[in-house]
Amino acid sequence: MSNTPIFKAFCCSSLGTKSLPRCLQPTCFCERTSVGRQQLKREGKSAVRVSAQVMEFAELIKTPRVDGVVLHRPFLPTVEGTLCLTGHHLILSSRQDNTEELWLLHSNIDSIEKRFVGSLGTIIVKCKDLRVIQLDIPGMEECLNIASSIEALSTLDSVSLMYPFFYRPMFEVIEDGWNSFLPEDVFKDLESMTDEWRLSEVNKDFSVCQSYPPLVAVPKNVDDETLKKVATFRHGGRFPVLSYYHKKNGMVMMRAGQPLTGTNGRRCKEDEKLINATLRPGKRGYIIDTRTINVAQQAKARGGGFETEGNYPQWRRIHKAIERYNILQESLIKLVEACNDQSHSMDRWLSKLEASNWQTHVKEILTTACLAAQCIDREGASVLVHGTEGTDATLQVTSLAQIILDPACRTIRGFQGLVEREWLQAGHPFQQRCATSAYSNNKPRQEAPVFLLFLDCVWQILRQFPCSFEFSESFLVLLFEHAYASQFGTFLANSTAERTKLSLPEKTVSLWSWVNRPQELERLTNPLYEANSLVIWPSVAPQSLLLWEGVFLRWNRSSKCLDEAYEEMVHIIEYNKELQSKVNSLRRQLAELETEDPLLQTP
Amino acid sequence: MEHIRTPKVENVRLLDRSTGQRKVSVGTLYLSATHTIFVENNPETRKETWVLHSMVSSVERPPTIPAGSQLILRCKDFRVYQILIPQERDCMDVHASLVRLSRPEKYSELYCMSFNPNVNKEEREDSWKLIDLMADYKRMGVPNNLWVSTAANSEYRVCDTYPSELFVPKSATPAIIVGSSRFRSRGRFPALSYFHQDTLAAVCRCSQPLSGFSGRCQEDEMMLQAVMKSNPGSEYIYVVDTRPKLNAMANRAAGKGYENEDHYTNIKLQFIGIENIHVMRSSQQKIIDVGEMRAPSMTDFLWGLENSGWLKHIKAVLDAGVFIARAVADEGVSVLVHCSDGWDRTAQACSVASILLDPFYRTLKGLMVLIERDWVSFGHKFSHRYAHLDGDPKEVSPVIDQFLECVWQLSEQFPCAFEFNERFLIAIHTQVYSCQYGTFLCNCQKERRDIRLHERSHSVWPQLWKDRAEYTNPLYKAEQSQSQGILRPNTTPYCFKMWKGLYNHMEKSTPPRQSPSDYLSTVKEETQQLEEELINHQERIAALMGKPITWEKIEVPRRRTSHLGQRHCGPDPPSTYTHPITSPTQDNGHALSSEPVNQEAQTKDPALSLPLGLHTHLKSQDPDDLSACSDLESGVADLSSRSSSGVDEGKDPNETASPPPDWKSKGNH
Repeated sequence: MSNTPIFKAFCCSSLGTKSLPRCLQPTCFCERTSVGRQQLKREGKSAVRVSAQVMEFAELIKTPRVDGVVLHRPFLPTVEGTLCLTGHHLILSSRQDNTEELWLLHSNIDSIEKRFVGSLGTIIVKCKDLRVIQLDIPGMEECLNIASSIEALSTLDSVSLMYPFFYRPMFEVIEDGWNSFLPEDVFKDLESMTDEWRLSEVNKDFSVCQSYPPLVAVPKNVDDETLKKVATFRHGGRFPVLSYYHKKNGMVMMRAGQPLTGTNGRRCKEDEKLINATLRPGKRGYIIDTRTINVAQQAKARGGGFETEGNYPQWRRIHKAIERYNILQESLIKLVEACNDQSHSMDRWLSKLEASNWQTHVKEILTTACLAAQCIDREGASVLVHGTEGTDATLQVTSLAQIILDPACRTIRGFQGLVEREWLQAGHPFQQRCATSAYSNNKPRQEAPVFLLFLDCVWQILRQFPCSFEFSESFLVLLFEHAYASQFGTFLANSTAERTKLSLPEKTVSLWSWVNRPQELERLTNPLYEANSLVIWPSVAPQSLLLWEGVFLRWNRSSKCLDEAYEEMVHIIEYNKELQSKVNSLRRQLAELETEDPLLQTP
Repeated sequence: MEHIRTPKVENVRLLDRSTGQRKVSVGTLYLSATHTIFVENNPETRKETWVLHSMVSSVERPPTIPAGSQLILRCKDFRVYQILIPQERDCMDVHASLVRLSRPEKYSELYCMSFNPNVNKEEREDSWKLIDLMADYKRMGVPNNLWVSTAANSEYRVCDTYPSELFVPKSATPAIIVGSSRFRSRGRFPALSYFHQDTLAAVCRCSQPLSGFSGRCQEDEMMLQAVMKSNPGSEYIYVVDTRPKLNAMANRAAGKGYENEDHYTNIKLQFIGIENIHVMRSSQQKIIDVGEMRAPSMTDFLWGLENSGWLKHIKAVLDAGVFIARAVADEGVSVLVHCSDGWDRTAQACSVASILLDPFYRTLKGLMVLIERDWVSFGHKFSHRYAHLDGDPKEVSPVIDQFLECVWQLSEQFPCAFEFNERFLIAIHTQVYSCQYGTFLCNCQKERRDIRLHERSHSVWPQLWKDRAEYTNPLYKAEQSQSQGILRPNTTPYCFKMWKGLYNHMEKSTPPRQSPSDYLSTVKEETQQLEEELINHQERIAALMGKPITWEKIEVPRRRTSHLGQRHCGPDPPSTYTHPITSPTQDNGHALSSEPVNQEAQTKDPALSLPLGLHTHLKSQDPDDLSACSDLESGVADLSSRSSSGVDEGKDPNETASPPPDWKSKGNH
């Protein structure tokens, strides 16, 4: 316990042990593991800064502890206990042993409501993972204090105050997730298949494109100067880069931002050269614009636009209709509202479900992804996907197409790689999109469930091909949770540039470090999995697309019977495996015995 | 035979729309006395399609097109066949023949009267004995000192649509029974449907009283009193009128209606609001249309689903069952159920309640018994509802379809509670309509006796029982909690789904889906073989070594994983959430530091470390058998190869993700 003094130095002592709420301690414990210790030493020098931050939290926590608080959760017995607020958690603990307690990250809280009946206050906490809990707090002042603290702590502006910067892992990190999916390693796989591509460092200081990683794959015969010119012609500097190489026929999928043609039809020879360089002689390619033609036309007025046939004669453009983020956010809010509607009217439920349009978005996104996959696999054509910025709908399409085409993306590790490549490194602005969820009262600005829709689409494919994915639904739910609130740094910030600036890989733990441990992998593994090397074509007929109950109805009904069924399924398979290995060993034993004693072989 | 105008037509094109078939097959069409048979010309496959005449619900003849004349066969199992016949003359003959053949006028024309599954007389007689209702009453503890058998209806004199053997309250004298029956529509007096041994409460059924606005009947009032008295300790009974209250009130004008609570002492009247057969008929037509929609948008689909009202009706039936089950199991109060005639909604509500109350009815045998009791024996009008004979189309209604769907909806909520799978429910649905067996013929027991049905046809149950391996749910475990006791379903609207297996044959087959249930059945089958092999090997090893057999039992501890439950309640690793904090009031903070905070998470069940690599050998040890594994997927590969060769005719752009060649024309140029 040699670290205790250090720990005290920047945490407890700075506040004065007397004034420290006892409930802060559990969070401190996690820093007393071997890994935490090193981290602490490493960060010792910044102790002053950290203590200042803790001080800041302490100012926000007017009432750190209230006794006699009653917690109501759906389908669980109520718990009476002590409510504690720490800098990052809301904790409710009963005095009894073995009672499950509540630990809630403030960053998971989407909105709160308070109500008073006499001096008994009630706070309804609505979380980003769509859970709703209720806390009955005796004492009006306590209740008001708690409410205002939660409000303040759940809407901290500064990224560096977020929990991942304070969290120290209690597990042994076998493999640092921050280094698990580096572009240079991914490129090695590509090199083994083709020599037509190179890894460009043109963006190594993020000056060409803010939202791209330092290393991107581009056609070999296109030099960095050309790339720089193309970047000026594409929205956000997002020049076309390689997204996926289809080994079977050598076709590729690229993604980019919209071309900045504007109203007077600006063109860029380098852009044309770049994308034509990806076509085989005599072959045509497809440009999938995720917007309708009308939206794309309107974009011209703001300097954007689309590729015209005249300038891109070897490409055929197809417009699809994936909605933009503010519409998606409204859709999520309506859907969640419908799921929480307690009235028992079937008509009302179905019309609200329909009015939310959520399932329409799922269908539209999946259809577009299937289209991209189809062009590549069946038409034998290369594809370029873009919308406006190329950071939302574009990524939904390119990543889902890979799930369909590439069996590797259906493994746990492969899927992590996909999320890393096509979402995190590709510059999906997670922090902006996932700042609020379905309950927030703030007017949405940049928020949108783009990633959640992607996960929903993956779930639809998983449900249609339950034996072809190495991971189970729980992995998708886990990613949804962590995208919105997490102790890990993976989904913080909006781009690699921002992550680098915040030194996330040095200062926070990667989600993948936690997931890629045997005990966690086991929890996420699909017991039905049998590797399937084929392309899987999901049905996108409305009858085949269901509401993702695992997310949207998760807190609205008891999962007991479904859990039982899942356990039974796992048991049937594990028992079979165990029996198999036992029978195999007996077979061997028998064979040995029979060769030892040739007499017995004759019947 | 006299109805067949042309027994054979060549060069016919058939499109089985309902299986999502996209390619038209060319072949020869034959008409037999019982079937329409289509044999493909393709010498390699010679695929045969057999359609039973009694399964055909309508034959349409759309306008002739240049390629020939068309026929559309719509079947009662919601399959649709499109037929193209080169000569108009032939088409008219086939049409006229099929119209007549699909609408038999006499029972003797039905398939079950000529169908012989190759068994002798004794076997046929035995087939009718497989399901023994008296044995089931005995199983529930009847007769006893509360409920007794009555001979009142032994010759169907009191009520011709009731069975001859019935159970009534012990205190109900023949005079009360007869008096009560005179006051009930069609003479259907209150009789026992299910007796719940745990609470001694019972589910009884009858038809509406002939009360009009003010009529009353002393015997009927005594009858209800007797029902209450047969449940010792209870002070009232529920009378569940499964109709909407308005309908029940309207019936008073016709001299019928519902029980006046002022006349009957100690009853509580409850209306449920299941709509009548006409509403249900048109609702089902709408949901069939939804299933048949070509490339609907999500809005079309959801709007169609809502507009059909179908799920609302399914919910109403399930709600009725839930109300009855709660009264019987939780309150210990007996329930008397009726609707108008007491043979449609009453049958639905009583049988759903039995499913919820008694795990036996969730087994294969149990469901057969239940259908035999509440539907066949209690006089549900199968012949009219499922149009076995040419008759009034207004009498047709999907009453039992709704019961089967309620069971399906329950099986979605309770995946381990039912011994049977979806296929069993669909098989029963098909048999109800097909008339291949005699089980579902006629409208009541008396009618069956009069036409000597048991001597002229066979029972369907032994056939279904024989094929039970195919109908078994691999997740069913008799000892699991949901397989025991009362089922308490959630009936919030979002718990109901469209039953794709029944209404959407198309989506079932394109592209081939992987079914976890079939996969698990295969695994279980293999497990059984392995268990035998294990014993075998152990015996041989013991013999070789000259030692007594060491029986090793393979036990795999159950993994307790909350799949998506609430145990993992947030983004922190679960261990931090579940480890209890020592009471914060303890003053000595340092004492806590020695506690291994995360130890719980480290201790790992050894059973969990099974090598996952074994999985690939699951199907078989034999490497040749790997083909069987990939079979599951081969259809997918097939599909992709088919379309890369460019033959995608008739394919719908939105039905599957695989678009026809023209689908890129949506691009704007």
